[in-house]
Amino acid sequence: MSNGQEFIKNYNHGSEYPQGFVTNIETIEVPKGLSEETVRFISKQKDEPEWMLNWRLKAFQRLQSMQEPDWQKPKYPKINYQDLYYYSAPKSLQNRPKSLDDIDPEIRKTYEKLGIPLLEQKKLAGIAVDAVFDSVSVATTFKEKLNEIGVIFCSISEATREHPELVKKYLGSVIPMSDHFFATLNSAVFTDGSFVYIPPGVRCPMELSTYFRINASNTGQFERTLIIADKGSYVSYLEGCTAPMRDENQLHAANVELVALDDAEIKYSTVQNWYPGDKEGKGGIYNFVTKRGACRGRNSKISWTQVETGSAITWKYPSCILQGDNSQGEFYSVAITNNYQKADTGTKMIHLGKNTKSKIISKGISAGHADNTYRGMVSIHPKATGSKNYTQCDSLLVGNKCGAHTVPYIENKNSSSEIEHEATTSKISDDQLFYCRQRGLNQEEAVSLIVNGFCKEVLQQLPMEFAVEAQKLVGISLEGSVG
Amino acid sequence: MIEIKNLKASVGEKEILKDLNLSIGKGEVHAIMGPNGSGKSTLSYALSGKEGYHLAGEIRFNKKNLLELNAEERAQEGVFLAFQYPIEIPGVFTNNFLRTSLNSIRKANGKKELNAVEFLKIVKEKANELKIDSEMLARPLNVGFSGGEKKRNEILQMSLLEPSFVIMDETDSGLDIDALKIVSNGVNTLRSPERSFLVITHYQRLLNYIKPDFVHVLSDGKIVKTGDWKLALELEDEGYGKYVN
Repeated sequence: MSNGQEFIKNYNHGSEYPQGFVTNIETIEVPKGLSEETVRFISKQKDEPEWMLNWRLKAFQRLQSMQEPDWQKPKYPKINYQDLYYYSAPKSLQNRPKSLDDIDPEIRKTYEKLGIPLLEQKKLAGIAVDAVFDSVSVATTFKEKLNEIGVIFCSISEATREHPELVKKYLGSVIPMSDHFFATLNSAVFTDGSFVYIPPGVRCPMELSTYFRINASNTGQFERTLIIADKGSYVSYLEGCTAPMRDENQLHAANVELVALDDAEIKYSTVQNWYPGDKEGKGGIYNFVTKRGACRGRNSKISWTQVETGSAITWKYPSCILQGDNSQGEFYSVAITNNYQKADTGTKMIHLGKNTKSKIISKGISAGHADNTYRGMVSIHPKATGSKNYTQCDSLLVGNKCGAHTVPYIENKNSSSEIEHEATTSKISDDQLFYCRQRGLNQEEAVSLIVNGFCKEVLQQLPMEFAVEAQKLVGISLEGSVG
Repeated sequence: MIEIKNLKASVGEKEILKDLNLSIGKGEVHAIMGPNGSGKSTLSYALSGKEGYHLAGEIRFNKKNLLELNAEERAQEGVFLAFQYPIEIPGVFTNNFLRTSLNSIRKANGKKELNAVEFLKIVKEKANELKIDSEMLARPLNVGFSGGEKKRNEILQMSLLEPSFVIMDETDSGLDIDALKIVSNGVNTLRSPERSFLVITHYQRLLNYIKPDFVHVLSDGKIVKTGDWKLALELEDEGYGKYVN
């Protein structure tokens, strides 16, 4: 088994949700509720410089006059923001372990169970991992080795202390602090996430990845990730996420910002497997995420690939702002909803520069009582001459109690630019299932095979090592959806 | 080896097969001919386990009653249906489909599953034997295949899965003469004392190439006449008129 497969094999241990366990550890006491005190508390826990605290406080001030949006298709009961914890960290991490081997064995065991060894001698070859546990990064592997070629890969908390000039310059430059309610909330109370800087001309020799784990109950996770690819550089980054099975809903509200300068390329892949809730729709994560990339330089490229199989509600639109001339944005998405899961996801491609290109391939699969919406915007601005977009949105229905919706917004303000949009909706037919079963496959193998065929274009965008395991995850997510 | 006793099949209120009796010995080739609506396709689905029919009676095969097994269990027992209209599955490469299928059947029979390399070797050998271009293995299953290619693909699957009971549901429909030759050639290659065939067809033409041991006329859900292959010639000349009320 290759290392990539090991990394992700946790998705593959039988059916149901094997990642749904809880780690019992002592955590730091924190004040409940959303207040200036909470914001100061988080900043203090992270030893942040003053400018960072002030930035957070400014966001907190702005938040006071903002409303939670409600235009999305999946509705949810009102979240009581005063009843949440905004920070949870294992006590053992207070003194910042010096090496990977110093990490609390309980936490180490948790990651081992998830297929991610953190011990020095067991590290995965070829993949550097930042492990985020609730509100803190517990470890980052290969940090020193990457540093030798100038690549910075660390937690965002460490970056605010060690690389303030980069964080100051780029944080909030793609997702403005007061962009919308959740983005502003995140700006005030974000806890941890990853920071990546690739220097000019460097092709990052490893896959960089972050594994997000929610463990504490009643706690929101406010991830913040910032990736900067300097001129002529390249990086491929992958994130994975899991959480315990709980009856209450939990909020994960992330802000992820990507910046690609001249001739740089960022490939960002997500395998989202948050706890989806039980068969009756009880519990599960609210995954309300803002992801946005700026192709700031000429000939730059940002490519989002997402495989969304978890969460009670997935609500996100990883987007590209194509500022640089000849820049390119791509969005490849597989969103699977089963039982009572809901998804409202898609992308925004904003064409500002000349000869900018974007491509959107979205595959939505809906089973059980689930509801799946593709929502996307393609906007070509007046100066974006010679720009092109191609969009393909396919929906697949499994059974007859689920729904699929496609909501494309298209604006073209430049007559030399072209937009193409194709959409299909289909069902897994009884004839397809019978054909597979007549050839010896059981019902679940047949569904998995047909759905994997449907998603192929997207799955093959994933880094090689992960594609095979993602295929299995697709099958597992749909278990019990037919018959 | 196959004993069909008092087989009844209905969909809703409509009775399609009415007390059908047929026994097929090891290594025998039986042809079923009949006019449209006589129940030919229903018979093939009842034998292979398609859902949606209400069935009664018995189908004995290898000491089991097939009616108690679901479609995949029957396939794993060695029942193979060559489809009249093979189904398209976009994005699933033929290669991958065939290997998944073969491995499901091997696994159910306690045999080792084949890896990609082992599989490719076998499938290429089979394709050569049947004079089928293995290029189609690299394309999505049946997607954009011509009628002839789809049927050849069915024959290739048959050869790969080595079933002991093959049902061919109007495999000849829509085939030009060259494709018909390749398909019947495939069937003749696969004829063996261990393998029985039930060839369902509308026209006598196919039976010029696949010579059956027995020919049955199916009319209104029952077998109304049984003879040797000469019966097919008679039907070609005189039509089904005298067997249909």
